[in-house]
Amino acid sequence: MSDLRDLYQEVILDHNKNPRNFRAMDDADRKADGFNPLCGDKVTLFVRLDGDVIADVSFQGSGCAISTASASMMTQVLVGKTLAQAEALFDAFHDVVTGDPTHAADTSAVGKLAVFAGVREYPTRVKCATLVWHTLKSALKGEQDPVTTE
Amino acid sequence: MRVVSDAYSPDTLQELRGRFDVDKIREDFPILDQQIHGKRLVYLDNAASTQKPRAVIDAETLFMARDYANIHRGVHELSQRATEAYESVRGRVRRFINAEHDRQIVFVRGTTEGINLVAHGIGKTILGPGDEILITHMEHHSNIVPWQMVCEERGAKLRVAPINEAGELDLAELEKLITERTRLVALVHVSNALGTINPVEEIIRFAHEKGVPVLLDGAQAVAHAKVDVRALGADFYVFSSHKLYGPTGVGVLYASGDWLDRLPPYQGGGDMISSVSFEKTIYNKPPFKFEAGTPNITGVVGFGAAIDYVEDIGFRTIEAYERLLLNEATERLREVDGVRLIGTAREKAGVLSFVIDGVHPHDVGTILDQDGIAIRAGHHCAQPVMERFGVPATARASFAFYNTREEIDKLVRGVRKVREVFA
Ligand SMILES: Cc1ncc(COP(=O)(O)O)c(C=O)c1O
Repeated sequence: MSDLRDLYQEVILDHNKNPRNFRAMDDADRKADGFNPLCGDKVTLFVRLDGDVIADVSFQGSGCAISTASASMMTQVLVGKTLAQAEALFDAFHDVVTGDPTHAADTSAVGKLAVFAGVREYPTRVKCATLVWHTLKSALKGEQDPVTTE
Repeated sequence: MRVVSDAYSPDTLQELRGRFDVDKIREDFPILDQQIHGKRLVYLDNAASTQKPRAVIDAETLFMARDYANIHRGVHELSQRATEAYESVRGRVRRFINAEHDRQIVFVRGTTEGINLVAHGIGKTILGPGDEILITHMEHHSNIVPWQMVCEERGAKLRVAPINEAGELDLAELEKLITERTRLVALVHVSNALGTINPVEEIIRFAHEKGVPVLLDGAQAVAHAKVDVRALGADFYVFSSHKLYGPTGVGVLYASGDWLDRLPPYQGGGDMISSVSFEKTIYNKPPFKFEAGTPNITGVVGFGAAIDYVEDIGFRTIEAYERLLLNEATERLREVDGVRLIGTAREKAGVLSFVIDGVHPHDVGTILDQDGIAIRAGHHCAQPVMERFGVPATARASFAFYNTREEIDKLVRGVRKVREVFA
């Protein structure tokens, strides 16, 4: 049986309680909405670009601890990354949370986002962790329709 | 819904013991006897769907093993047996809800299809531009969206009767909203999100005084108390087998009087016709007019067994026992700091919606699941209710007669544990 603390790590609980970069952004270059119709999680993501470098990211919305912490930590790690680096991080993060739960995740490429490795043992919670990342992808592509997890 | 007579109204679980042996009942439900994440399963998601007794599982299996064939059209023995089995359930449903005639009972896929069938028919007959359909703020999406669709199609308006902080209808407001423009009132008998039992007899009375028919969504009502459609005076009553210990894919639409003659068919196809030519098709009589195509024959047979099973226990016992469970769970959860109940109506069925300070219901659901406790976390297909109470979602524990006090204990301990994890 998996330990609840694998999922609800202290760092995750902290970001849930005090989400970083939790604000609207007036001068955002990109903005996208993400929505999980199953549980009602909602996120709005704001991105400011400096050429092809991410200069600032912020979010608003409501969701569970996993989705809130995922959004909060994502906004921290993205600042200063190029678009290509952000894309690569998306892929690496996706692998960490969706990989085979009977194997330990390879977290070498995701830095402090490794705290989300426990999510792979909770298949019903994977979408909570990835919602904001899908929303990011949509924002960077400049898509108009809201992202949904379904 | 006050079915427990004065002659029999036990106030404690102890008093009920002897009449009702929950351990024995649990043995009838094979699924309950298992471990989830190493803990004994505590199934508290009964408002979403109930588990199935052995009697239902066996009825389906035996039917398929011995009597199965398509119905209504074969001259051979098996087709006759299958037809008899299927049609006999129609009779049982009629008695179960005390309808007058078998022909008033239409088998559908579930509550959702039943409501869609009526909405479609109302849209094609009595609903015109500027007319109104009245629903309430506590409806399930399945009693909102079909009306929105048909109102849009016909240029009619959807009106919504408000609810108060306890999750009860404001009857005075509701009465005012029934006007000469109102063509139908559609409301939930028992709310799946709040547990509220609505005073539907009274509502039907004043709707009828103004000549307005009423549809009741009985999805959450039929498993918990005796429903008598004639005593209620309902024009339409819809419910699902799967919330009544029966299989999925089967539901019932009851319509009073000659409503089924007046409404047009919902789908075209086999079995719903008397004769077909390319020039003209003559429709079959109700209820067959509304049962196009091969229905869920095996499911209907299983549903019949579910009705027998529930009637065998009896609604006096079921209602009394579930009320005691609800009261106990309500009191115990109220004692936990940081827990807020959503839905505190005076008349409630076995549904406990709640939120915990600083914890999203989704996280509550995951933590309880690790202890083998199955509850629901989400908007319960009732987003307007969530918005009314200013929450994105709730955690919901919902009870059936196979639940126990020990399980309530585990629920309360689980909720305390959630508070600890998020402390
Ligand atoms: C009050 C209410 N109405 C309608 C429905 C829809 O029932 P079904 O999904 O069986 O069609 C449900 C079940 O989720 C319900 O609780």
